[in-house]
Amino acid sequence: MGMKVSKGEWVLIHNIVLKPEERAPQVPEDTKKVPLESWVKGFLQQDAQIGEEVEVKTITGRMVKGRLVEVHPAYTHHFGKFVPELLQIGIQLKEMLAGGEVHE
Amino acid sequence: MSKDMSYQGLMARKNEIMKRAVGIDYAVFESGSIAFDYERMMRETGYTLEEMQKIQSSTGVGNTPLLELRNLTALARKIAPKGKGARIFIKDEACNPSGSFKARRAANAVYHAKKLGYKGVIAATSGNYGAAVASQAAMQGLKCIIVQECYDSRGIGQPEIIEKARKCEAYGAEVVQLTVGPELFYTFLMLLEETGYFNASLYTPFGIAGVETLGYELSMQFRERVGRDPDVVVCTNAGGGNLTGTARGLIKAGAESVKIIGASVNLQGLHMASDEQFNKKSFTTGHTGFGIPFATWPDRSDVPRSAARPLRYMDRYVTVAQGEVFYMTEALAQLEGLERGPAGNTSLAAAFSIAQEMDEDQIIVVQETEYTGAGKHIQAQLSFARDNGIEIKFGNPEEEVPGKNIILPAHPNLIQARDLDLEKIKKSYIKNCIEITKTDNVSEADLAFLAQDTKSSQGFVKEVLESIKVEGK
Repeated sequence: MGMKVSKGEWVLIHNIVLKPEERAPQVPEDTKKVPLESWVKGFLQQDAQIGEEVEVKTITGRMVKGRLVEVHPAYTHHFGKFVPELLQIGIQLKEMLAGGEVHE
Repeated sequence: MSKDMSYQGLMARKNEIMKRAVGIDYAVFESGSIAFDYERMMRETGYTLEEMQKIQSSTGVGNTPLLELRNLTALARKIAPKGKGARIFIKDEACNPSGSFKARRAANAVYHAKKLGYKGVIAATSGNYGAAVASQAAMQGLKCIIVQECYDSRGIGQPEIIEKARKCEAYGAEVVQLTVGPELFYTFLMLLEETGYFNASLYTPFGIAGVETLGYELSMQFRERVGRDPDVVVCTNAGGGNLTGTARGLIKAGAESVKIIGASVNLQGLHMASDEQFNKKSFTTGHTGFGIPFATWPDRSDVPRSAARPLRYMDRYVTVAQGEVFYMTEALAQLEGLERGPAGNTSLAAAFSIAQEMDEDQIIVVQETEYTGAGKHIQAQLSFARDNGIEIKFGNPEEEVPGKNIILPAHPNLIQARDLDLEKIKKSYIKNCIEITKTDNVSEADLAFLAQDTKSSQGFVKEVLESIKVEGK
């Protein structure tokens, strides 16, 4: 059983917009194999459980139906893992500017 | 009463929905064949330069600093032949309220929507424009919906796009996120029909005219600072609006001798609508996947006639490799103390190379920067690439294969703006005009239009027409 979510919570819902067979004719083969999906956020309109079909009211006031996937959806993007190569660029360029190389 | 909401059903209502959502009757400017009255469209539906300056300054947009990149200039001179190495300047457009030059486009579009009485605005964009529209909608008190192509079918999103969603939501906008595919347009139309909001398209006359202030400012700032216009302006090119607006603004300032160079990140070989390749690219804008199709057929956007027509103004079109842009982004931070987003530095990478072809007393300008932050940062984008199986190494960027590797230049002298064959691009545009409009007899007005729209001559257009066996008067 999914987690219980109360009416009024800010949630993320998911929808299939177009099934694979409904996709536009110009779409490449690999994309045609998968559905067109969408996600929107809004205030939950009734008590529900994760995974259930629900209705939300978005921040602009639209009413949208879809499958409840997340409560209090957070941003999890970040600055990435360390990329050691980047460190070398500044070191190299500062050395060059300090005098090292000349016209070739 | 219930409307046909199938893909075909909704697409069949496209023109009707669009007309209501943009408030322009494009038919007025049409001639019935290839030609349309571009200047009349810009005049009658746009704003004067003075009006735009007023609209933009009332929301804190524009008048961004012009900075001289002295250390990067010194570096270019170290590796250029003696006497070569133009002064490199950058227009710090990241200083706009939403963090990019797109604020100029959005300011006008949102102002116009409000003037016409729309309650809200919608834009289909995964990029800086979404944040710009959201920011302007917040300032001008309109509702805002941004539609993004964001995830692949595994639900993995480009970090840069996810950051943009965050920024749009920070300004109070609703963000609709989609998986890969051109049917984004279907969702977009559905939302326009449902809400009756204004289509804040990137390609309306208001949007493009909004960038004219950038070109105008450039000329004025240079005249004040060094007493003359710059020699070359490099514009990162995707849909063509940045280049078109900047060039028009320079012309309005009387700076007609300035050379306009377009620069795009080379993503050759990657299909933009491919689910599998979506997360193999490390740039979501400023790349050839937009640059080439929009140059060879500008009227592919969400309005019938695009106001962005880059071939009208472009003197040269170059590409740079992903690795070169990442490298220059790091160089800009380390040598100039400016941490800015990668995509905007596409033209910086090109300018660093082109400056070395120019004399020391000449001036080259990079006409934009964009904000940077979590997700939208070289470290985030490079490590995302690495996680998606892209090899990252130092070497010769000439050998970079988009989707396979990212090659950071082992030495700055390997950074090379590579020329695209602009004549070939102009030819494909002309061919597309013939094929798409199904014209078999090109009128005199068409000839004149095509010559203007490709910054060429009627002789050139006739030659192309002859090569594809179409009669031109």
